[in-house]
Amino acid sequence: MATLSVCQPQLGGFSFENCKRNAVLEAEVTKLGCNVPSARKTGTTICGVVFKDGIVLGADTRATEGMIVADKNCSKIHYISPNIYCCGAGTAADTEMTTQIISSNLELHSLSTSRLPRVATANRMLKQMLFRYQGHIGAALVLGGVDCNGPHLYSIYPHGSTDKLPYVTMGSGSLAAMAVFEDRYKQDMEEEDAKRLVRDAIAAGIFNDLGSGSNIDLCVITKGRVDYLRPHDMANKKGVRCVYEHEALPHQTGNYKYKQGTTGVLTKSVIKLDLEVVEETVQTMDTS
Amino acid sequence: MLTGLLYCSVPVTGMGQQVGAYGVQDTLRSGFSSVKNELLPSHALELSEKNFQLNQDKMNFSNLRNIQGLHAPLKLQMEYRAARQIQRLPFLQSSHLALDTLKGNDESISFEDILNDPSQSEMVGEPHVMMEYKLGLM
Repeated sequence: MATLSVCQPQLGGFSFENCKRNAVLEAEVTKLGCNVPSARKTGTTICGVVFKDGIVLGADTRATEGMIVADKNCSKIHYISPNIYCCGAGTAADTEMTTQIISSNLELHSLSTSRLPRVATANRMLKQMLFRYQGHIGAALVLGGVDCNGPHLYSIYPHGSTDKLPYVTMGSGSLAAMAVFEDRYKQDMEEEDAKRLVRDAIAAGIFNDLGSGSNIDLCVITKGRVDYLRPHDMANKKGVRCVYEHEALPHQTGNYKYKQGTTGVLTKSVIKLDLEVVEETVQTMDTS
Repeated sequence: MLTGLLYCSVPVTGMGQQVGAYGVQDTLRSGFSSVKNELLPSHALELSEKNFQLNQDKMNFSNLRNIQGLHAPLKLQMEYRAARQIQRLPFLQSSHLALDTLKGNDESISFEDILNDPSQSEMVGEPHVMMEYKLGLM
């Protein structure tokens, strides 16, 4: 609520001025039976796995707004530092801003210490910030990277709790992806095996969860090298039905257009329309 | 999770507008008042965010006192107090350079730097009113 005169200098950061107004508006709107517009979420499948030399992170590419797909090809693997990447699930804006802020802070920190940043630093910064806002920032993250101590993989929940594990999944499709991991994860896999495992886990999420879909993005991080494979696998191409591993040929969608001449022509008459020019004006374009 | 009424249901003093002369709500300066506006915070985070910096400093200073002895926080607080005096008058934007360097804010970016930047605010404080408030004459 705007006061008539400002006595104290304004502070930066979140402003709670409109919260009461919003609550009143929401109550009025629900009385009328309509819905308040909802935030864009990334109902998602994201996962990560530690293999012999590093980390493989995987994500789908669908962003939803309620029941509608808002973005068919959004990028959910965010850059944190040259050796650390982070997948984000939850409210899209929250994951985007959170990872950008932490990336900036890590850059400043690494310039100040003149060292490559560690994954544990990023983890601690993220968890302290998310705990400060008590879960109101809806960002569930999978953080992975390789630093001087080897490969590390963390999962970070919106309220600020973190887990350090060899394989993690997050998002609405996390159960489907975790089922694949639990079945086929082995310690010290090779890179190709790890990529195939993550691809299959994300595919399980895409095909079994409504909130996940479109393509599969992968990010392979090893010491000194990052492969950002976007898209790694286009699991859902428009017009082509999906390929199952146990079937030899992909189905084509049926062609439902009629051939020319299917409908017979009985008579044909052509009437010319005589148009006379009434007025002609020329408007020059300014092309300088 | 984020929609719905976000009222914190515990009433708290100090949420209300400033009182004018005679301890009564100053309607001319602060608008109309209501009991709900004054007692209840409008968001669950409002209270904790208002005091966040203060609480962090308190915690850090008490840790420092426990580790290094009483002199350490005393010296630091003296430096903070000195740096806080090198500022412009309240209605002008000051850079807080010395204070930020002491606190370590020059090496980090948070929501205070991105959202609601005070140098971009649409409202300008009235110089006389703000000076009176600062000097305690109001």
